[in-house]
Amino acid sequence: MIGMISLAKRIKTVIESIGHRVVGSIWRLGCATRFVLLVLLKSMPGFLRFHLITREIYFAGVLSLIIILVSGLFVGMVLGLQGYETLQKFGSESAVGTLVALSLVRELGPVIAALLFASRAGSAMTAEIGLMKATEQLAAMGMMAVDPVARIVAPRFWGGVFSMPLLAAMFSVMGVFGGYLVTVVFIGVDEGSFWSQMQSSVDFRYDIVNGVIKSCFFGVVITAIAVFEGFDAPPTAEGVSGATTRTVVTSSLAILGLDFVLTAFMFRGVS
Amino acid sequence: MADDALIEFSKVNFSYGPRPILKGVDMRMSRGQVIAIMGGSGSGKTTLLRLIGGEVSPSAGSVTVAGQVIHELGRNELFRLRRKMGMLFQFGALFTDLSVFDNVAFQMREHTNLPESMIRDLVLMKLHAVGLRGACHLMPAQLSGGMARRVALARSIALDPMLMMFDEPFTGLDPISLSVIGGLIRRLTDTLGMTSILVTHDVQESLRIVDYIYFLADGVIAAHGTPDEVRESKVPFVHQFIHGETDGPVPFHYQAQAYSQDLGISVMER
Repeated sequence: MIGMISLAKRIKTVIESIGHRVVGSIWRLGCATRFVLLVLLKSMPGFLRFHLITREIYFAGVLSLIIILVSGLFVGMVLGLQGYETLQKFGSESAVGTLVALSLVRELGPVIAALLFASRAGSAMTAEIGLMKATEQLAAMGMMAVDPVARIVAPRFWGGVFSMPLLAAMFSVMGVFGGYLVTVVFIGVDEGSFWSQMQSSVDFRYDIVNGVIKSCFFGVVITAIAVFEGFDAPPTAEGVSGATTRTVVTSSLAILGLDFVLTAFMFRGVS
Repeated sequence: MADDALIEFSKVNFSYGPRPILKGVDMRMSRGQVIAIMGGSGSGKTTLLRLIGGEVSPSAGSVTVAGQVIHELGRNELFRLRRKMGMLFQFGALFTDLSVFDNVAFQMREHTNLPESMIRDLVLMKLHAVGLRGACHLMPAQLSGGMARRVALARSIALDPMLMMFDEPFTGLDPISLSVIGGLIRRLTDTLGMTSILVTHDVQESLRIVDYIYFLADGVIAAHGTPDEVRESKVPFVHQFIHGETDGPVPFHYQAQAYSQDLGISVMER
């Protein structure tokens, strides 16, 4: 009898702890949503003083260029090699240009660029805002009657949102160039058919615009997570490091999950 | 004290969650004075400043600044009032991505439409007042602790506030920097005609520069008076605090169960 009671208690504790976690997560999601709405509401001053957003585009976008371009080049080169290896078995190696371009603009460009952006720029954004909070810079700004959400958070949010699609586009361009280098320059696939097949099978509206829309979504999600985690971070060294890690982990998972949802809506086998 | 009170605390209660921090605090602070709030760590001194700045609201009672009840103000009105306040944080809280010059110019650029040439002159004047005109091109990371606090002081007086709040301005400073900051607080208060509130532990420097002192202990005002009255005070807490005695009304040990019980030793009764 006593054993039964203790077992029931243990089960109750487990269910309670699961419930606490679920409620906690939903609560946090609600806080994040409210925070993002607040950021959107307070975005106007940033747009009126656009140099604040330009500065953030420089830090989030321009400084991420190296990692994006180099990664894009290598991903494109690998795609070219693997694509050629498979396609030549069927004698259709000239279609390698199509394969490289479609893989990049539809999927790999937006997704890998977003993952890199989350780890390079998202983490930096969280750490910067978190440290500003820990060193009382945000409180000092508030005491100077300057709203930190409008002055610090909103420009960073928009800087990230504007940078992401541009970075994804550059990733894809570099990837196509990498594929061209490997297949045409090094392996010797016919240059004319490489470009002409690519041109005829990549549709601007269906492939490229959808890819850009994806990267816009990723930009919003990554920067929203990054600024929220930074602003919400406990003002300690441990708190800021935890928030930075959460930014990278949460936004990577969000990118991959969201990519599936967007792909399901966008590409339905119609061309 | 004079009647023209700039700040008035009226039966202010405040608690962080279930833990009471302030219990029925009454204070009046006159214009043009330097006032110190002293008390042990965790006695609620910084909370007093946060109440004045409207960062937190009292759970009971009211804080009035320049005739306005702080917790009744809307966000815009509070921000308008904050433009007339300056606050020096414990470690300066300079914006690390901006140079010394841009830190001091920050409020001018945010709140005024002054031309850049005039902002430049004003910033140099403020920096000259704290003796750091030559450091205007440096970044905060290149400053010593005392210099950073002087820059933060220049930044907080950028718009000539009517009220300055100093949160532990003397912590971690060498004796020279400490005297410099103390002297600046007194001199700037007098020349700019503002009111200054210091939250501090530093007894000797404070007694040298302030006009009036409040002692805060266990969330209530334990004593108050001018520096001379405080030096002569017979109140046990004030006496212990001023003379830094280890034994007195403030116990050395944090409240705990019996030592023997913690160590698991049973004491034999004889």
